[in-house]
Amino acid sequence: MTAAVQEAPAPGPVKAGGRVRNPWIGFLLRRLAGLAGVLVALVAVTFLMVQLIPGDPARALAGTDATGAQVARFRHELGLDRPLPAQFGSYVSGLLHGDLGTSFQTREPVADVIAGRLPFTAELALLAILLVLAVAVPLGMAVAVATRGGRRRRLDAAFTFATGLLGATPEYVLGTLLVLVFAITLRLLPAAGASSLSALVLPVVAVALPSTCVLARIVRRETAVVLNQDYMRTARGRRLPPLALYARHALPNLLTSTLTMGGLMLTAMLGGTIIVESVFAWPGLGGRVVQAITNRDYPVIQGTVLVLGILAALLNLLIDVLLGLLDPRTLTARSRS
Amino acid sequence: MIRSSRGLAAGLAGLGLIAVLAVAAPLVWGGDAAHLSGAAREGVSGEHWLGTDALGRDVLARTLVATRLTLVMTVIATAIAGTIGVLLGTAVWVAGPRVREIGLRLIDVMVSYPAIILALAVAAILGAGTVAAVVAIGVAWSPAFARLTANLAASVAGRDFVSAARLLGVPPHRILVRHLLPNIAEPLLVLLSVAFAGTLTALSGLSFIGLGVQAPSYDWGALLNTGLDALYTNPAEALGPAVAITLTGVLAGFVGDGLAAGADPHRVGIPGRVKKVPLPAAPPEDDGALLTVDGLCVSAGDVDLVDGVSFTVRPGEIVGVVGESGSGKSLTAMAVARLLPDTVTADARALRLDDLDLLAGAAPDRLATEIGVVYQDPAASFNPALRIGGQLTEVLRRHRGLGRRAARERAAEALDAVRITRPEARLRQHPHELSGGMRQRAMIASALLTGPRLLIADEPTTALDVTVQAEILELLREANRRDGTAMLFISHDIGVIASLCHRVLVMYAGRIVEELPVADLAAGRARHPYTRALLDATPRLDTDGDGGAELTTIPGRPPAPADRPAGCAFASRCALVMPRCTEERPAAVAVGTDHRAACHAVALTVEETAS
Repeated sequence: MTAAVQEAPAPGPVKAGGRVRNPWIGFLLRRLAGLAGVLVALVAVTFLMVQLIPGDPARALAGTDATGAQVARFRHELGLDRPLPAQFGSYVSGLLHGDLGTSFQTREPVADVIAGRLPFTAELALLAILLVLAVAVPLGMAVAVATRGGRRRRLDAAFTFATGLLGATPEYVLGTLLVLVFAITLRLLPAAGASSLSALVLPVVAVALPSTCVLARIVRRETAVVLNQDYMRTARGRRLPPLALYARHALPNLLTSTLTMGGLMLTAMLGGTIIVESVFAWPGLGGRVVQAITNRDYPVIQGTVLVLGILAALLNLLIDVLLGLLDPRTLTARSRS
Repeated sequence: MIRSSRGLAAGLAGLGLIAVLAVAAPLVWGGDAAHLSGAAREGVSGEHWLGTDALGRDVLARTLVATRLTLVMTVIATAIAGTIGVLLGTAVWVAGPRVREIGLRLIDVMVSYPAIILALAVAAILGAGTVAAVVAIGVAWSPAFARLTANLAASVAGRDFVSAARLLGVPPHRILVRHLLPNIAEPLLVLLSVAFAGTLTALSGLSFIGLGVQAPSYDWGALLNTGLDALYTNPAEALGPAVAITLTGVLAGFVGDGLAAGADPHRVGIPGRVKKVPLPAAPPEDDGALLTVDGLCVSAGDVDLVDGVSFTVRPGEIVGVVGESGSGKSLTAMAVARLLPDTVTADARALRLDDLDLLAGAAPDRLATEIGVVYQDPAASFNPALRIGGQLTEVLRRHRGLGRRAARERAAEALDAVRITRPEARLRQHPHELSGGMRQRAMIASALLTGPRLLIADEPTTALDVTVQAEILELLREANRRDGTAMLFISHDIGVIASLCHRVLVMYAGRIVEELPVADLAAGRARHPYTRALLDATPRLDTDGDGGAELTTIPGRPPAPADRPAGCAFASRCALVMPRCTEERPAAVAVGTDHRAACHAVALTVEETAS
């Protein structure tokens, strides 16, 4: 999302006055400043969304068959006849009071709409992200270890082919195919809804599988790189059992580079989630925002985009914190790129 | 690589076919796609291969016809993304440093947000529809291009020819068009194919959820949407567009992978064959030896990198191995430590550390505690993600059964012994918080921690500056004097070897060419032409009072492992070369106490003196 983030300047050397300063303080300060910047930008963008509607927003929103008087009343109701700064002021003060406006369509407070829907989207996205990490990392590592130094070329080829194909399949296409196989043909799992725990399985798999494949390929490549590093030879020199060798010595290092590259993908899974919700009639934000866009229900769109943006910002922050825990050197680095 | 170029060709051919389909399909099947057959939601049949939709129209024809709209939308959206992105990226680069800094940050933040959220905002402004979807996805993908362009421009801008152009007063926009863009075209092309697949997926996704193409128009995403409704009656209706979207995406991925592989200069050649040469006879058994290496060969595929190396290390002895890079000295050391990389294999008639047979899978406990290793690059040999303490104590805890506290105490003592200040605090630090010299001292502490019987030091001073080198050598000397630790010390620097070691092995092209006590070396009694050439090529401060000895270089280069001749590998560079040298591999002959040389010319003089 757009955001004018001017983070606080990176703190200089870690040592200040001979004492070693905790790098987390600077890191968190910068990240919080960044988060504030993103928030400001999100508010500005969602506010401008209505202003940017081509032509007369009030006329566009009131509908083509509205009379002049109706349009004027609509304009007044929305406050579109007031000067821009005044409009922005009341928008911001509304947000600060937790007032996201009222749906044009259903007359519900937008805050209530989002409160009812957000848990479903968050549940789906977070479970999918956990599944991706839980499967892709061991899978990629196992394949890298098994195929190191040109061993098992067939496994290598099969892995490359399967992950290439599934990784290129969009989440919603995969979701449709999953419904066809597991809900309609095999009748194992529900095709839609969120009424039972088993209804979670197909949507989570649909969101997670393509990203799992892409991430597994990254993990595999990074593991191969890490296994060739000098420090892995040092660790082998200590004659550690395989689990300690790979889990303790290789994992933190390959997670650092994997998260640096795959972190954006994890955030992007939020987008996949929003679309996949349509396949499974999942009662999350995705289905609601589509409905709102179709009906030009601006308060709902504004609120949803705001909340999704914040969700993405928090995910990015989470990934950076994870990176910092894994490799403290990233704390003083300026950005993930 | 053969595979990736095949993938590139397949991807391009497939995309070409789809492009032809996009042009031809509406002309050929346009009628079928709109024809209301009256048989609604009919399953797969000979007449309708993918069945019919709710209005009785042929699904296959509709899928084929939809190719045009889908591709046109995807191409336009990709073009929008590329154009905005490249303009933004270059603008950021051309702008002043302050604007550039802010711009780069902005792009970074934009890239880290899901494109779909931005697309939703744009679709909200423009209203659901084809144009809105294309603009939304185009805009949403532009930050990726902007970032790549800015990154690439920054890397190219630092190169000499751009600086030269700037000094010559070429205006920024000319530099941009003439110098920058051509040099970043290839990675941009890769991103373009990735973005093509991405925009295709995203556009179809928008249509799928009803925010893109609106009826009566249709693209693959819209068809998939109607197919989803018919999943129970005619599953084939969804399969057509599903396959179309996935296949096109996969093909674009092929093109991207192929282009990326083509742009990557790291390609590995396959080593050629070499004929096996009979190994020289085993040297006489040394009963008092701590380490016995007999007929060690290290090979990658069919190529012998180390070719029949035999030597011993006695208890308390420091044996140096000297040679140029590629002579196999480090591989020899790592073969002894059983730490060779996966790509090479080692074999030997015997490889023993006292009673421990290193060839027959020695017990990890004994390997870890009886052999200590100091590596060449201390910056790379410590795990950057783990604290020093954890790395130093794990051998003691794993193989000596020490508890956490006892192991830390031992580790702190070991750091103290290599004169590292505040050892307790160092244990809590990460490797990057230590200086290079300190890291190498910590590595020595780690290697000596278990009181090993043999310390293998693989060029331990090469990566360090000269003042630090002397400290490291002193520490090793001290450990040898104090604990009687035997050492195998690898270096390309014959001066360093001479100052530390008791005995020297000179390696050339995977073989030991001479073995002599360091006293003989210092007294100028080296016999092998290569050793003598090596000494002549080494600057010596101590003897250089009146500039008597002139520094000479050795002409030529050692042969590559695959090209090593059947005879003496040094023959082509040797001043004493005889016909025999190129045909027959010289065996090591004794020329003094503990002094052997593998040279036909030397052997000849020894025979003459003996007779």
